[in-house]
Amino acid sequence: MWTSILIAVVVLLALAVVFGGLLGFASERFRVEGNPLVDQIDSLLPQTQCGQCGFPGCRPYAESIANGDAINKCPPGGETTIKALADLLDVEPQPLDAEHGVAQAKRVAIIREDECIGCTKCIQACPVDAILGAAKHMHTVIESECTGCDLCVEPCPVDCIDMVTVEPDIRAWTWTPPKSGVIATDRQGASA
Amino acid sequence: MTQLWDFSGGIHPAENKHISTTQPIRKAGIPPLLVLPLQQHIGEPAEPCVAIGQRVLKGQKVADVTGGMGVPVHAPTSGTIESISLQPVPHPSGMSDWCITLRPDGADEWIPLTPIASYREQDRETVLDLIREAGISGMGGAGFPTNIKLRPPKDRKVNTLILNGAECEPYITADDMSMREKADEILAGLRIMAWILRPERCVIAVEDNKPEAIAALKKAAAGTQTEIAVIPTKYPSGGEKQLIQILTGMEVPSGGIPADIGVMCQNVGTAIAVSAAIFRGEPLISRITTVTGRAVTNPGNFEVLIGTPIDYLLSRGGLEENALHRLVLGGPMMGYTLETPAVPVVKTTNCVIAATEEELPDPAPEQPCIRCGACAEACPMELLPQQLFWYSKAGELDKAEHLNLFDCIECGICSYVCPSSIPLVQYYRAAKGEIRVQQAEQLKADRARERFEARQARLEREQQEKEQRRKERAKAAADAQARKQADAEAAETPDGPSQPVGDRAAKAAQVQEALARKKAKAGQPEPVPSKAPEEPASEPAPDIEALEKQLSQAIAKLNTMQSMLDDAKAENADNVDKLERAVTKNHDRVKRAEEALAEAQRTVNATEAQTTDS
Repeated sequence: MWTSILIAVVVLLALAVVFGGLLGFASERFRVEGNPLVDQIDSLLPQTQCGQCGFPGCRPYAESIANGDAINKCPPGGETTIKALADLLDVEPQPLDAEHGVAQAKRVAIIREDECIGCTKCIQACPVDAILGAAKHMHTVIESECTGCDLCVEPCPVDCIDMVTVEPDIRAWTWTPPKSGVIATDRQGASA
Repeated sequence: MTQLWDFSGGIHPAENKHISTTQPIRKAGIPPLLVLPLQQHIGEPAEPCVAIGQRVLKGQKVADVTGGMGVPVHAPTSGTIESISLQPVPHPSGMSDWCITLRPDGADEWIPLTPIASYREQDRETVLDLIREAGISGMGGAGFPTNIKLRPPKDRKVNTLILNGAECEPYITADDMSMREKADEILAGLRIMAWILRPERCVIAVEDNKPEAIAALKKAAAGTQTEIAVIPTKYPSGGEKQLIQILTGMEVPSGGIPADIGVMCQNVGTAIAVSAAIFRGEPLISRITTVTGRAVTNPGNFEVLIGTPIDYLLSRGGLEENALHRLVLGGPMMGYTLETPAVPVVKTTNCVIAATEEELPDPAPEQPCIRCGACAEACPMELLPQQLFWYSKAGELDKAEHLNLFDCIECGICSYVCPSSIPLVQYYRAAKGEIRVQQAEQLKADRARERFEARQARLEREQQEKEQRRKERAKAAADAQARKQADAEAAETPDGPSQPVGDRAAKAAQVQEALARKKAKAGQPEPVPSKAPEEPASEPAPDIEALEKQLSQAIAKLNTMQSMLDDAKAENADNVDKLERAVTKNHDRVKRAEEALAEAQRTVNATEAQTTDS
């Protein structure tokens, strides 16, 4: 009987050693570089790179969220981003932290070009290289690339940059869901 | 007899087609003003190639698409370009878009036309280009540019070419009347398209509620290999995917195009336009549009110039303003309500319904879904409308997408059969739109991230290069120093090195100090202004700090501007006046900041005095 127990123990031990080795090898061989959660969070952030959250860009904020920071510091993302982050991280969605700004309609920067003196300060401030120009030449904003982050407004010495709200246009228009007004039974009750 | 299959679902709504089939096609005539939208169908908007005030001839190109998918727009008659401006266009949003307005001169003078009698001697690409230059886009639904549709992907062979004359939606009879009166032209257009595509089988599909059209087509097609397939009347058998299923028994894969299974559908109206473009050299400047509904006294089909305002067309149909309750563009199932009749007819406008209140009453109020499943039984795409509705309404768009929301053809059957009168299609359209917006935003965010990362990488590289250069310079300096030292050592005992070391130590101490300062600052919680009621003294303090910062910033800006101005003056540059303006502006700003600061300090002093008094 002892021999059978011994055999069982030895076999189990051998299995443990083999699989332990395999697992150890796998964890070394297939190690994931960096934190994949940061990438997932970063892909949910709006990438305006505006720094309103207090971090120098969206990725640093994503890293901070992965380390347990609050998810409600992103005004450009607004409710949608907070909801998506809450879904991803399985936490309760919180209202937007007003300390970091309020959610507002999408905007783009527009340079009043005849007032621009060509100082290149806004070009240096733009986090996504969406301003085109050279020293002592007029600058202009590539509107399709502008994230509306506001960062170019402050450095301008002649205040020739306006943040303009993007107006809805016919090509960006979509159907709106039907308004769920009075339900039928209520209406009957009201007219009776 | 052609073998036919059936598709699942479908309905038989009241047809109401007889309203507009009693009269032959009439010409609508030339309206006082034509409005030509630059975008009349999917693809890129066209760009005007005429100037305001220019006289154009009938058939002259007035706008073209230079990059991307699209076809040109032509002047429907001769006249003067009056404006290029934002005008209301036929769009469910009711918004305006860029249009060219043309004031006809009544001469109706053509440009010289170049008809091609023997297209078979031409290159196929040349003929496709002619079709594009004629501005032809699909006349049935979304208006896909025909020349692009006739160029299927290289690896796809079109075996079956279908001409869609099913026209299954109630009220509309534009294709019906065209088939009755222009069967020869349809056959001619079909032959051109068949020559381009070289299919094995050509079918013209017509629903069995159009016996006159079937007779006319059979007569025209006698002696050719073209099949005339008479299909049972059922809505939406004229939907591209449904028609393909009826005629071939094959289903277009989800997210695919008919060419994937070797089939292509073209509208009969498109065939007429192709025939006119090749054999007569005429671009697409008019189309057949049905004017119907019980609020018009003289309904029927009109050959109407593109750009004709709908109100003009309605007046030709004898509109009774009092009876009009709702104006619908398109059919009653898939069309949309027009806010204003002042929009023009475009290349895709097949029907205008001026309905009375009894005809198209306002939709009944929406009631809760009772899960009866009527929509699922009637759905021709075999989707689960009730589930799609659930998820669309709840905003769970990924789940709706997972249930093949994008396979929905928006035929409107689910809304039609719903006993709770839920406007299901509107929910799907909204959900689709929302998903598209999100995808576009995601794309933009990804691009912004890429640009941001590229910029970060560039800055880092520049920093490294600078560092590298600095190191090299330092090394060169150290080498020089060492050499000098060695030289000096040879002469006498040096006391030089102690000086730089001392310098460095002092700098390090300074840096340490700055770091400590920063830490101390970061450690202090910033006073929050909202706490003010309890602590009145804590409010002005940060204010002053901020104002001081503002002032120093303003002064700095002013100084920069001043120096730039001096430079510019010295160089006699052309932006001196601009800079001068900027300097005055900054002067004002400094003044304002100073005033604000002084004001704030006064208040602080007053409060402090108060607190000391009390």
